[in-house]
Amino acid sequence: MSAHANEHSEDHGHHHKETFVTKYIFSQDHKMIAKQYLITGLIMGAIGIAMSILFRMQLAWPGKSFPIFEALLGKWAPGGVMDAEMYLSLVTIHGTIMVFFVLTAGLSGTFSNLLIPLQIGARDMASGFLNMLSYWLFFTSAAIMLLSLFVETGAASAGWTIYPPLSALPMAQSGSGLGMTLWLVSMAIFIASSLLGSLNYIVTVLNLRTKGMSMTRLPLTIWAFFVTAIIGVVSFPVLLSAALLLIMDRGFGTSFYLSDIFIQGEVLHYQGGSPVLFEHLFWFLGHPEVYIVLLPALGITSEVMSTNARKPIFGYRAMVTSIIAIAFLSTIVWGHHMFVSGMNPFLGSVFTFTTLLIAIPSAVKAFNYITTLWKGNLQFNPGMLFSIGLVSTFVTGGLTGIILGDSTLDINVHDTYFVVAHFHLVMGISALYGLFAGVYHWFPKMFGRMMNKNLGYAHFWITAVCAYGVFFPMHFVGMAGVPRRYYQNTAFPMFDELTNVQILITVFAIIAAFAQLIFVYNFVHSIFYGKKAEQNPWKSNTLEWTTPVEHIHGNWPGAIPEVHRWAYDYSKTDKSGEYIIPGQDFVPQNVPMGDDEEELHH
Amino acid sequence: MTAFLTIAVLVFLGAAIYQMTKIFELSQAGKQQDQIANDKDNRVNGYLMFGFLIFIYGLAIFSFVKYSKVLLPVAASEHGSEYDLLMLVSFVIILIAMVVVQALLHYYAFKYRGQAGVKALYYADNSKLELLWTGIPVIVLAVLILWGLYTWSEIMDVNNDDDPIVVELYAQQFNWTARYAGEDNVLGDANVRLIDIDRANILGVDESDSYAADDIVVKELHLPVGRKVNFKMRSQDVLHSAYMPHFRAQMNCVPGMITEFSFTPTLTTAEMRAQKDVQAKVARTNKIRGERAARGEENSDPWEFDYILLCNKICGKSHYNMQMKIIVEDEASYNKWLASQKTFGQQMAAN
Repeated sequence: MSAHANEHSEDHGHHHKETFVTKYIFSQDHKMIAKQYLITGLIMGAIGIAMSILFRMQLAWPGKSFPIFEALLGKWAPGGVMDAEMYLSLVTIHGTIMVFFVLTAGLSGTFSNLLIPLQIGARDMASGFLNMLSYWLFFTSAAIMLLSLFVETGAASAGWTIYPPLSALPMAQSGSGLGMTLWLVSMAIFIASSLLGSLNYIVTVLNLRTKGMSMTRLPLTIWAFFVTAIIGVVSFPVLLSAALLLIMDRGFGTSFYLSDIFIQGEVLHYQGGSPVLFEHLFWFLGHPEVYIVLLPALGITSEVMSTNARKPIFGYRAMVTSIIAIAFLSTIVWGHHMFVSGMNPFLGSVFTFTTLLIAIPSAVKAFNYITTLWKGNLQFNPGMLFSIGLVSTFVTGGLTGIILGDSTLDINVHDTYFVVAHFHLVMGISALYGLFAGVYHWFPKMFGRMMNKNLGYAHFWITAVCAYGVFFPMHFVGMAGVPRRYYQNTAFPMFDELTNVQILITVFAIIAAFAQLIFVYNFVHSIFYGKKAEQNPWKSNTLEWTTPVEHIHGNWPGAIPEVHRWAYDYSKTDKSGEYIIPGQDFVPQNVPMGDDEEELHH
Repeated sequence: MTAFLTIAVLVFLGAAIYQMTKIFELSQAGKQQDQIANDKDNRVNGYLMFGFLIFIYGLAIFSFVKYSKVLLPVAASEHGSEYDLLMLVSFVIILIAMVVVQALLHYYAFKYRGQAGVKALYYADNSKLELLWTGIPVIVLAVLILWGLYTWSEIMDVNNDDDPIVVELYAQQFNWTARYAGEDNVLGDANVRLIDIDRANILGVDESDSYAADDIVVKELHLPVGRKVNFKMRSQDVLHSAYMPHFRAQMNCVPGMITEFSFTPTLTTAEMRAQKDVQAKVARTNKIRGERAARGEENSDPWEFDYILLCNKICGKSHYNMQMKIIVEDEASYNKWLASQKTFGQQMAAN
């Protein structure tokens, strides 16, 4: 492997001349592809968040007419009042976009691409071509998903979980017509994109590490991306099969998920299928998906937090073990989404057991982050703030998982706003914080310029306050028994007094959405006018900061650096209490071990 | 009002932060601005971290004080009290963990805010500590898991002990129908292929099945207090979920299969209406509805508390309004009501 790396270092000088198309559009360079993923993901994120504001307004002021509804939704908001089916479409597409297009592709796609080669010391991904293909498939699927919004009969509106028969029968609701077909096509392409990307990440991490970069010296970011890719390869194909069978039921008259259906005055021919089968297949991906979203964010947090605390990450081996344990457990807990689906209650017991087990590695991670802060010298760069914010929401959101993972307690909060509050905190907000932490931290690496820190502070603090403002009160709405995916709660007088809470939540959500404009401005402005970055602005140990600020194909101008230590030698001192490198509180990975330096088994 | 106050506070907060950063930026104009946190940033953000801890606690206290009253009233079923106890214990554990962990996180963030020249502690491992915080969750979770599983298997064990009433809950877009098993307490066979709208056989009950004749099909669910009810759920079109929050009961209705749930109601509708917190809730709600009536808006009739069955699985356009009233009453009233209903046999004979 190292021989290969050295060989490669010889021939990087004479690559082909780049045209505009090969450099910016069909680029095979991982750094450019990372930027493409990021910008596409951020645009999708803006759309997803905007949708959430629309349906939050409907929830807070049910049935009220808003000019903005009429302007944006057209015939789906006659007189400015949102249509009930449009509401369901917005909820569905919001979920789909945020989970898959922003937090899977936008987060993991961006940072796996950017950091895997740079942090393991590789010239590029194992296959630049597959990498390019992966991005363009992602782009295609995103385009199709957005296109589906303009379909005559409306976009998919069966919820992001698209449970059949609702999603299978166009007569059940109009969104299950062409809109659902496009949703399925888009997701099938997305899965192909995700698989190509993941395979590439796995191969690259296994084969292209530079000399000295053993697995136990990998930064935790890489561990997270690596394991995430493995979960993706294991579980995404199952979603593809689920989608294929659904396509067959919809188009070719098979009965995989359908049986005994009487709808619109007619008995359908379907016989012998079961919607519960779809639920199993869907959640076999759906639950690992939560960790596909979350693990990269946790990996980014580990790296950003350690760098800015000027301390090694506490319990590196426990962190790696936790990542692997979470990954393993995540594939055997899917049934906790189905406690009241009609599956055998004994299965429910098994899934309760495995689900609550997953709290253990999660707790270990949370405590290790906190101990990393203890006695540190914390540098509150915006990335650091978002990392601490992540730990905070991860803990708050994760703890309510103890209730939802318990089959007994799930009975009465299942599919209520309690669930919505739980998963938004633990995977939505946390993963978004991870994304932001990553963007602020690696912006200098991506664009060669710095983002404005003061705008970053304003962005973080407003977002942090609003995120809790939205999702903390939401738990109470759920425990009052309000089901999710209700167009309005006016049909039940028992929910009347909750309208005030809904208004409070919506107001926080609107402010939070506007706060993201600060980020957008900072991001765009800094790309062009930000202060020029120095090579290693955060005084970090990892290899990406040994590359020149200007991007070059192949990453390092000379030989690839050799790695001599783990990534976390911050504030390490020798026996006399002095820093290893005098006057500098960090020791980059490519610095050889000193003679009398103590090595911690890495 | 709360909303406007919140907006105002946040706008001012935002403006204040923006102004502070602006002033700071201007005062630094002469010096180098490298966009990396300096001692001042660390100090400001360190204090804000501490402030944020207070905010989280404040928000939690605010929510509990202000919103505890909106939570569901006391459980109206036998297993419901066990459910509520487990929920309470889990919540206490969660809140303790949350208070402690958030405090540690934000306090450390505040306390160890960076200062130039300070040396961080090189502290990479401690197996004892890690064992400690692996061990504590293991023990706490073991207790919760065992307790939860015990309760779960009790609740989900739908059997014929204690002479239960058998009731079918039938879901379709977008309403509910109930079918009582009648005198023989056995539901007649049914299948969607037997639905005959012209003869009002909307549930597709098999007329040739001798168990079916005494079945009773109704649009309002009456239950006798203190008697176990075994529900059999069916759906004719898409997934629905029979959610009866006051009884801590929920089960999906799945086309092509029959799902089950069982509970024993313990409080009649009248008893529930007499509960103090329910009366307070009704009063608050009727105040809101009264205000609506005064403004001439819809949805303003006075409300009287009733148990309710809601659909809790997305099922299409009118998912938000798929409900059925549940009335729990004493055995005598229940029998009287039941006797006044037509049986399926009578219904079919009439058509």
